[in-house]
Amino acid sequence: MKEYSIIGKDVPRTDAEAKARGSALYTDDIRLPGMLHGRILRSPIAHGIIRSIDTSKASRLPGVKCVITSDDTPKIKYGNWRLFPETQDEYPLAVDKVRFIGDEVAAVAAIDRDTAEEALELIEVEYEELPGTFDVESSRAEGAPVIHDYCPSNVSVNRKIKYGDIEKGFSESDYIREDTFSFQAISHAYLEPCASLAQVDLDGRITLWTSTQTPYIVQCLLASTLGMRENDIRIIKPYVGGGFGGKMELRPWEFCAALMAKKTGRPVKFTLGREEEFLAGRRRHPMKIHSRVGFKKDGTLVAKDLRIQLDGGAYNAMGPTATFLCGNFGAMLYRYPNYRFLGEHVYTNKPPASAMRGFGAPQSLYASEVQMNIAAEELGIDPVDIRLKNAQVSGDQIPDVATISSCGFSESIRAVAEMSGWYEKRKSLKPGQGIGIGCYSFISGGVFNWFNTQYPFSAAEVRVFSDGTAHLLTMASDIGQGSDTVLKQILAEELGLRMEDIRMTSADTAMTPQGDLGTWGSRVTLMAGNAVIDAARKIKEQLFGAISARFNLNVIHHVECKNGRVQATARPDYGMSFGEAVAMVQKANRGEPLFARGSYTPRGKGLVTPAFGFGAQIAEVEVDRETGLVKVKNMWTAHDCGTVINPRSVEGQLAGSIQMGLGYALSEQMVMDGGRTVNVDFADYKMPTAMDMPPSEVVHVDTYEPEGPMGAKETGEGLASPTAPAISEAVYHATGFRCKDLPITPEKILKAI
Amino acid sequence: MKHNIKIVVNGDEYSLAVDPWRTLNEALREDLNLTGTKLGCGTGDCGACTVIVDGRAVSSCLTLAVSVDGKSVTTVEGLAPSGDELHPIQEAFIKTGAIQCGFCTSGMEIAALHLLSNNPSPTELEIRKGLSGHLCRCTGYNQIVEAISVAGEKMKKCCHEEERS
Ligand code: FES
Ligand code: FES
Repeated sequence: MKEYSIIGKDVPRTDAEAKARGSALYTDDIRLPGMLHGRILRSPIAHGIIRSIDTSKASRLPGVKCVITSDDTPKIKYGNWRLFPETQDEYPLAVDKVRFIGDEVAAVAAIDRDTAEEALELIEVEYEELPGTFDVESSRAEGAPVIHDYCPSNVSVNRKIKYGDIEKGFSESDYIREDTFSFQAISHAYLEPCASLAQVDLDGRITLWTSTQTPYIVQCLLASTLGMRENDIRIIKPYVGGGFGGKMELRPWEFCAALMAKKTGRPVKFTLGREEEFLAGRRRHPMKIHSRVGFKKDGTLVAKDLRIQLDGGAYNAMGPTATFLCGNFGAMLYRYPNYRFLGEHVYTNKPPASAMRGFGAPQSLYASEVQMNIAAEELGIDPVDIRLKNAQVSGDQIPDVATISSCGFSESIRAVAEMSGWYEKRKSLKPGQGIGIGCYSFISGGVFNWFNTQYPFSAAEVRVFSDGTAHLLTMASDIGQGSDTVLKQILAEELGLRMEDIRMTSADTAMTPQGDLGTWGSRVTLMAGNAVIDAARKIKEQLFGAISARFNLNVIHHVECKNGRVQATARPDYGMSFGEAVAMVQKANRGEPLFARGSYTPRGKGLVTPAFGFGAQIAEVEVDRETGLVKVKNMWTAHDCGTVINPRSVEGQLAGSIQMGLGYALSEQMVMDGGRTVNVDFADYKMPTAMDMPPSEVVHVDTYEPEGPMGAKETGEGLASPTAPAISEAVYHATGFRCKDLPITPEKILKAI
Repeated sequence: MKHNIKIVVNGDEYSLAVDPWRTLNEALREDLNLTGTKLGCGTGDCGACTVIVDGRAVSSCLTLAVSVDGKSVTTVEGLAPSGDELHPIQEAFIKTGAIQCGFCTSGMEIAALHLLSNNPSPTELEIRKGLSGHLCRCTGYNQIVEAISVAGEKMKKCCHEEERS
């Protein structure tokens, strides 16, 4: 492996000190002179016609500066799937109709929050309630209430994948397994509630500071819904307190802040309360999965027929992508020579589900992995061995969809089996104790251009200076995962500089190069990383030329940037400091500053992603047969994320994924009563605490991804998937209870044993 | 009617006129512009708003400003001795990777300070118990637990040296 000086080292995150001091500014920390506070009025009913809205009393309340309803807006729909405008089904404020409890109906801006809150109560809305539908079966039933007029079937998107010959596959199978699984909604539960602050410049343009994962998407959609030009909107992403997929769309309060700032001439800030976040916020899709798999006697997979219905809630949000991806993940991990997928995205009168860490994989892979375990048992094969037998390897193809480049899947399975003492423990654990395995594969960014961006998928600008420093500008968005640090590491490594030589401006749409699609789908390291390298190499070309000319180097000389110098590799004395080399290029260009643009757009990489990460995880549990409580005692993980750029960050991503996976498996769910989310605070929404976290060991399998920057690919999002199936199998091993409807609660266990 | 209160925050004395329903969190963040203390839930469940009042760790979102009249408050801004130096807890959080999005960090650091002042050598279990009222959605807590034990060691050493000198 290549020797790096900064890549793969424990470089502390460059934003950590500001965060440790409490000086890092998040959106709600920003205050501007004359700023107003906004609040949103939400629908109390799940489905209904808005007969009338009377805002006059609210407007007359002293301190209230602005009240808006959809009548004050241009009534332009938006949605992330710009490529297919018919999927854009949302208005910033409800027009004529509300479709879920929490749907945004009106907004108020006042001199303080209390006044804004009081004004909400003075807005009078008359609804004509309509029957609602709260699960996919009722939405698809004959005569079901129609949620969007354009979509009488309530099925807004369907996606098919098909290859091989499914009928033939099943007819050649010795063993066929058919199961139905169901999944609950869970909350992203990022600690920072959404917040947005808008200000209007003198020339009428809008600046919006907002807690987002996707500044560019917000810029474009805010412009289109306001009927303005893209460049009239500037989005600045301050520090963001987590997103996990929940902050990647235009949101109504961003729109309202901008519009009300325009109407009042004063800055307007919205900060959501936690109750609103739970009641109306985006969530992971509840799903119904029906899966039929065929095997040969020896455990070889022959066919898979997968049908998934996503309970999308009232709007599409990122549901179309999740629908699409479920089918891709269903075909991952193992070689399914014959495969068929039908995914349907179904409207219901519930808060919209959207992207959440894993993006369809946690559900789709839970079904795959549980069925793999069932099949292993019924065919008398060890769960580890049946996986090794079918595991995808480098070079495997999913016809028309993807080709797998680097792949350390089998190595991961073997490594995790060994670390955990799998074969021994499988035999020797006492009753009530169990051990189970779950695996994952995940994308390193998406290829499919649903947003219809007109720019590269990622871009970077690098400016270098004669004082030996560099300035990196990119729209890539650090929302807490650490991408700013990773991108600086990549640039420092390429230019032979130190971390402290690099300054960075990120995620400001007026300052950083167009474009970047944002932080989702584990795309940042690979895509923005490649853009940074592209820019850095252009800079290096110029520096190398200057060195070459200055020392009259034979053209065959290799020149490098290393340890703050630019030099001939074979003759380091033919060289000079980085800053001197920059000065020389600048002189040669008669003062022109030295900078370069780089970009990355995946091309010829199929329909899904340029690179897949892989991994396997084993959980050991103990189940209390009296209470049904599951204690996870140990977790072992082996994964393939290509080159590890920042080991501490990768381990942090892993531990964070285990926390979320643990919650998904055992305790977290948004409890619904019809269309109402019942548990709307952290006391009732049960997230694992420090006390619940098991000890965990990890091995990074050594691979190199040719498409990735310095060989790196995704990490941290894929890891959201294996924990639940691993725990589920361990619970089965301990108790004989096989859970097909998450979460695995004590009640379900007690009922079964 | 507004109430006049006097509070000492990180060693500085402030006089404020506050509504009786104003929380300490609002007083700190909005009146004093000390925005290092966060608001994650407002219901006492997440710990992001934790500050120390006269030696006790409290949720500032549930504490009324009037109730801290005459008392002394420590927030995250009071940890570092200067712009060039950090508190050992902050150093340890940075070094161990205990900070991702950072939104839980100030509450976690204050919890660590409170824990370590009462128990300079906590076991791992004691640290985990000490954090049980604090939610983090990013780190899975393990690096935070590690940070607190690293900080504990460091703090023992410097206190020890202070005693000797
Ligand atoms: S904000 Fe006070 S405990 Fe969450
Ligand atoms: S670091 Fe994000 S919530 Fe703890």
